[in-house]
Amino acid sequence: MKRWTLWVPLTLFLGFCVLAGYQLTQPKDDFVVSRMIGKPLPDFDLHAASLDRPALASSYFHDGKPHLLNVFASWCIPCAAEAPQLEALRRRGADIAGIAIRDRPEDVADYLTRYGNPYSRIGSDDLSQVQLDIGSSGVPETFVIDGKGIIRYQHIGDIRPDDVPLMIGKLREAEQ
Amino acid sequence: MIAELGLVALWLAASLAALQLVTGALAQQVGGDELAVLTRPAAIVQGLLAAFAFLMLLVVFGQTDLSVKLVAMNSHSEKPLIFKLSGAFGNHEGSMLLWVTIMALAGAMIAAIEHRLPEKTMLATLAAQAFVGLGFYAFLLFSSNPFERLPTPALQGQGLNPLLQDIGLVFHPPTLYVGYVGLSVAFSFAVGALVTRQVTPDFARIMRPWVLGAWIFLTLGITAGSYWAYYELGWGGWWFWDPVENASLMPWLAATALLHSASVLAARDALRAWTIMLGVVAFSMSMVGTFLVRSGILTSVHAFAVDPERGTFILALLAINIGGALLLFALRAGTVAEGKRFSVLSREGALVFNNVMLSAVLGIVLLGTLYPLVTEAFNVRVSVGPPYFNPVSAIFVFPMLAVMAVGPLLRWRQDGMQRIGRPVLIVALVALLVLAGGWTFASIHLLPLLGLAFSAALAIAAFMPLRGRNLRLLPIATWGMVAAHFGIAVALFGMASESAFSKEKLAAIEAGGSADVGPWTVVLTDVVPTAGPNWTALEGQMLASYEGGPPIAIAPQSRNFWAPPQETTESALVTRWNGQLYAVVGRETAEGRWQLRLWWKPFVIFIWLGGALVALGGLLALIGRVLADLKRRTVKARAAERRAESAA
Repeated sequence: MKRWTLWVPLTLFLGFCVLAGYQLTQPKDDFVVSRMIGKPLPDFDLHAASLDRPALASSYFHDGKPHLLNVFASWCIPCAAEAPQLEALRRRGADIAGIAIRDRPEDVADYLTRYGNPYSRIGSDDLSQVQLDIGSSGVPETFVIDGKGIIRYQHIGDIRPDDVPLMIGKLREAEQ
Repeated sequence: MIAELGLVALWLAASLAALQLVTGALAQQVGGDELAVLTRPAAIVQGLLAAFAFLMLLVVFGQTDLSVKLVAMNSHSEKPLIFKLSGAFGNHEGSMLLWVTIMALAGAMIAAIEHRLPEKTMLATLAAQAFVGLGFYAFLLFSSNPFERLPTPALQGQGLNPLLQDIGLVFHPPTLYVGYVGLSVAFSFAVGALVTRQVTPDFARIMRPWVLGAWIFLTLGITAGSYWAYYELGWGGWWFWDPVENASLMPWLAATALLHSASVLAARDALRAWTIMLGVVAFSMSMVGTFLVRSGILTSVHAFAVDPERGTFILALLAINIGGALLLFALRAGTVAEGKRFSVLSREGALVFNNVMLSAVLGIVLLGTLYPLVTEAFNVRVSVGPPYFNPVSAIFVFPMLAVMAVGPLLRWRQDGMQRIGRPVLIVALVALLVLAGGWTFASIHLLPLLGLAFSAALAIAAFMPLRGRNLRLLPIATWGMVAAHFGIAVALFGMASESAFSKEKLAAIEAGGSADVGPWTVVLTDVVPTAGPNWTALEGQMLASYEGGPPIAIAPQSRNFWAPPQETTESALVTRWNGQLYAVVGRETAEGRWQLRLWWKPFVIFIWLGGALVALGGLLALIGRVLADLKRRTVKARAAERRAESAA
């Protein structure tokens, strides 16, 4: 074994320490949330993620009505867990647009048949580009977008049954 | 009073660790061994005192002494006793005390029974163990005192997270901790050997049972944790690549590599520096995992109370312990003479290949776990999930499994392909047959299909080392290897089958209605309220019948705990030899229908059976090694006796 290779583990570990030390000094609040709320949705134009729902572009959110934007993925288990709540929201009149993250059409189709399809449109975000642009850090997340395309609320994580009234309330607020 | 006794014991234990460190370190100097007689007793008493402190914590939790802050924060008087006790380590401070206790007891054990290494190496090892221990004592005493009193006792406790009020969680953390912290022994042995430059086959033989012991507990802990997540979270999955799961997987991967490289060092005196490095890395992974979970820099479903101060403290401990050990490694490992050479096609060659593959998987898991931290530093948030972990680790896992099938058939040092040609051909044929069959008759995704093929091949290959041997004379350790390798095949079969053949049904049905999933028909007969000691629940009473057979009553619940208020799903399972029916009851939907989520998961139970088999294999190997060692010692003693007699 070459002498310098013996230093590799230590170097890697020091890199880890620098990274971890830096992260510890960073405030851990949800700065992503505060950064995007009140701002317009960035422009995007995604191709359709499944055959039976149209594609999704940011222009869709400028029709004067509030919408929910749900970021999900077929490989995400909490997304499946929130499916009934999305369905409940849809039944209570919410229009839900979806963005499928790093997914394949057949997987999305399979997911929608299994867990139900509450979406009016689904765009496919193959590289998480749009997800990152709108300030989403993981799946699932749900945004309330008002009729002018402004982000009004961001729900991180799955929507629990208790959160449904809250989401409806946020939608109502976005109507005004 | 009891809390104060615990605190005093903790301080005494810490001071004995200091004594152990100083006397052990002094003994490394020429003429500094006057006080060395104190090192071992200090280690033993330190272990006893730490255990006593932990016992006192159990007592205050058992009595629900609400004047102790930790009890008030994490317990509740209306909780079954077993969960009161498990509440003692279901929180940050208590679990750190458990960590320190196990570490001190491990040190006490090696101090009490390990006399085979050169005494100087042994003293260096005990000093290293005390050094790491001291850091954690300081952490407990200065920043996370579990015995802290409240100025005025609380009227009632705040309760324990209901997800943790489960019998599986009573045993899961201690099991896992014995595994994590048990690896500290390997770490200290590695440091001790570096200090005295004594990296010999004997060293590997002596370290191996300790690593095996920790590894068995880690294997059991991970297996049990996976099963807990499966039935308690109600999501039907068994592995989520969550940072906390990864934190337990990484030390396991390193320890697995360490076990195998220690075997090479013990049998063939090769891989000296590599084995030492793995010894350091394995426990380092335990500490890094703890840091990631406790500091709150990664978000996880398992997150403990997050506190940046604690994070800084643990990071400093990591930097000192791991950084110090790796620095020592960089300086000293070059002077540890290189071991013996061997050809590529040999038992060592196969073990080295798999060591590299295991390390690669470890690197991938570490990278995936840390990646969000790296991108976050550039203000980009990402989440890394199964689309990364599954395929990328598969690139290394499948070649590793192939070599794992063949490796045990090879001879040490050098071997020829013609000698093992036929068994290899059989194993390869089995794999190809399954591949072809799966490809033609069932549309299975690539990874599960490969998993099925490799599991079949490996299940046969695992028993090949028995061929042509007298089974009664076979060493127990070899049986251990066979069992562990077969266990991997069994677990792999479960994983692949769950992924390839699972059926799922989400239905909203009225009482009296039914739903089909796979071969099962499930009738929802009624939904009734029910109550437990500290929860109420809605229970879905169902009758499940397999292919029209006799109905089996199952009753999944949706539970509401009131201290603290939280809702949990209690899934109901029906286990058959060929799979499991998994039922979850959800909310009542608007039309008086109930949400049911049903899964039929063929052979899913094999995942955990396999894990248990792997642990059993480890246990057999441990028993085999220890017995062989005792035998060797008796033979040596007798020889010495005879020599003494003939001299007299």
